[in-house]
Amino acid sequence: MAEPADKPPRGGDNRPALALHVPEPKSRPGDPVDFSDLDIGEPGKQPRPDEGAHPSEMTDLAYGLVRVLGEDNKAHGPWDPKLDPDTLRTMLRHMAMTRAFDERMFRGQRQGKTSFYMKCTGEEATSIATSMALASDDMVFPSYRQQGVLIARGYPLIEMINQIYSNKGDKLKGRQLPIMYSSREHSFFSISGNLATQTPQAVGWAMASAIRGDSRIAATWVGEGSTAEGDFHSACTFATVYNAPVILNVINNQWAISSFSGFAGAERTTFAARALGYGLAGLRVDGNDALACYASQLWAANRARANKGPTLIEYFTYRAEGHSTSDDPSGYRSAQEREEWPLGDPVKRLKDHLIEIGEWDEERHAAMDRECAEEVKETTKEAEKNGILGHGLHQPFRTMFEDVFEELPWHLKEQAEQATRERIKKFGEKGPNR
Amino acid sequence: MSAETKEAAEETAERRINMIEAINEALDIMLERDPDVIVMGEDVGYFGGVFRCTAGLQEKHGKTRVFDTPISECGIIGVAVGMGAYGLRPVPEIQFADYIYPGLDQLISEAARLRYRSAAEYIAPMTVRSPFGGGIFGGQTHSQSPESLFTHVSGLKTVIPSTPYDAKGLLIAAIEDNDPVIFFEPKRIYNGPFSGFYDRPVEPWKKHPQSAVPEGYYRIPLGQARHVAEGDELTILAYGTMVHVAEAVAKEKGVDADILDLRTLVPLDIEAVENSVKKTGKCLIVHEATRTSGFGAELSALVTERCFYHLEAPVERVTGFDTPYPHSLEWAYFPGPVRIGEAIDKILKD
Repeated sequence: MAEPADKPPRGGDNRPALALHVPEPKSRPGDPVDFSDLDIGEPGKQPRPDEGAHPSEMTDLAYGLVRVLGEDNKAHGPWDPKLDPDTLRTMLRHMAMTRAFDERMFRGQRQGKTSFYMKCTGEEATSIATSMALASDDMVFPSYRQQGVLIARGYPLIEMINQIYSNKGDKLKGRQLPIMYSSREHSFFSISGNLATQTPQAVGWAMASAIRGDSRIAATWVGEGSTAEGDFHSACTFATVYNAPVILNVINNQWAISSFSGFAGAERTTFAARALGYGLAGLRVDGNDALACYASQLWAANRARANKGPTLIEYFTYRAEGHSTSDDPSGYRSAQEREEWPLGDPVKRLKDHLIEIGEWDEERHAAMDRECAEEVKETTKEAEKNGILGHGLHQPFRTMFEDVFEELPWHLKEQAEQATRERIKKFGEKGPNR
Repeated sequence: MSAETKEAAEETAERRINMIEAINEALDIMLERDPDVIVMGEDVGYFGGVFRCTAGLQEKHGKTRVFDTPISECGIIGVAVGMGAYGLRPVPEIQFADYIYPGLDQLISEAARLRYRSAAEYIAPMTVRSPFGGGIFGGQTHSQSPESLFTHVSGLKTVIPSTPYDAKGLLIAAIEDNDPVIFFEPKRIYNGPFSGFYDRPVEPWKKHPQSAVPEGYYRIPLGQARHVAEGDELTILAYGTMVHVAEAVAKEKGVDADILDLRTLVPLDIEAVENSVKKTGKCLIVHEATRTSGFGAELSALVTERCFYHLEAPVERVTGFDTPYPHSLEWAYFPGPVRIGEAIDKILKD
């Protein structure tokens, strides 16, 4: 029988009472922020092991932080990917475009054009730099904050907006939550709202590629909070058991809605260190350093392509904005965190690097930002011609019943007929979107 | 049965194999015919599965086509979704249906909805095989019948064979199907049909007329029920082990029952169900799973909705009890001849 709530805690006699530890972040709203205990290491000082190295030879890399860009805005050390200026400018443009896109879509949600949106502000490098290090036909299994992957892969912005607005141009027929894109043509897997489910799927895809003797690899992205899901651990097990050509990217942006990373175990060890128990190669990387992100992903991709095994990479970054348009971070974390985040802003750091090496300037950057904003604005207008969420029924009724199965079984046929009868009752024979 | 498959069955009517061998043959044929077919699961590789359904397949087809997996149902089904998205046709085995629950999210939220949510850009053409049901003293963790959980999910097909012939043809059809299929194998009848009289010896399939299985490829389309017995007095709807129990009871009682083996629960052969009930006017549903919200409830509702004016008695259900599966009292739990007999008497009296 349960003990009454008012009974004093047990313990007593000579035995000390046990105590439960409930993690608490270091600051809450209104608190000053102190990141001084964060050991971010010096850029360029981390060794770059051979891509075929055994995981046991690189355990330090799971606890440190691979960094390339220094305070001097120069690239340092063995992880410098030595990218040419054009590639760096392309990377910067994708990042600026992603930010402009996020701004416009966030506003669109506030204006009631869609139900929901998620920004990736502060995390752009973890999607864009990483996907630029992959081949365009490598398969990606993203989570919900990797819009940068689609932008880097040249997926048309209008398709993204059509999906966000669930309008008649939406290739997903208005079935998915906004931002849950899918593009087979761009080797971009359909996004799930259930967390970490994409991780074993990425491993399975990579296993299939290896079974077929294909040369394509798979990569997946998951938030640090979702590494607590069983799926993530199944993915690690399968990846290591079959030496699957897969990269498991963990985006440690410090916050899972209002729960800080401590609730996924960050107080005890790093997320990269989870690799060690599985015998996976593990890297912990400055996620706001686009060059480090690119270099680490390329290292892991080369490793996978050479059949040397999977890699788990933790990108240490910061979610500068709320979790989504439904979230208000001022309710649970100090506003100063964003300002004082010691790894800076990924767009600014890459911009400063390009300026430092004489390949960019503030004027061109400002012009690029304006161009991106203008392009997004114009594309949004185009997309709005296809409709916005909640204004009309954009998809024909029959599409609701398509694709549940390959063929329509009798019970869905009957239900489709019922939906049609209801439509006629509501809207008449000439109603919308028959 | 199509004319073609019937002919094939008659030609090789002498060849009798059990359900395990029939499943093995189906997998063997599909591994041979289609390089995209992959068989995987706990112990299915070198050892050939705890029930021997995959015996010899790894040796014949190689260990990248047939292999063991970690003990992780979520992982097994999750990687199968990824393999399906790649273009393979994985046939994962969940060693016992009782262990499928850690993989439910991957089945329900992912495999079942992938086609829908991606507007058919990606599909998950997998067949999850799993032995299910009781009657082998497996206790509460090796005896469950969770089929109704899956019939409730949009986008999944649920298949349950009751003979070696059906097991082979249905499994081939399931593997060829482009939708995810749950293929539940009634392990009580792996080796022979079971009459429900637990104290009587089980007749092995090798001597049973329903176990004539042609060699080579044939398929039984999903969504078609099998007419087990023609009769006028009442309709009995059953699947899996319960087909044999119902058949034996009707025979012993001398009841002229119209017995339908549903074979697939989703898609259901509603036409066969309707035709039969409208003919007999009485309907008994028999399944082994627990009663509340079991598939019998769905069947009962369908029959009532569609055949109400033809019914001469209330629709009856014979099911397992709403308790966890008991180990030592298994035969008190199992829906056997007494329970079925009483229900038949009640229906016929009305």
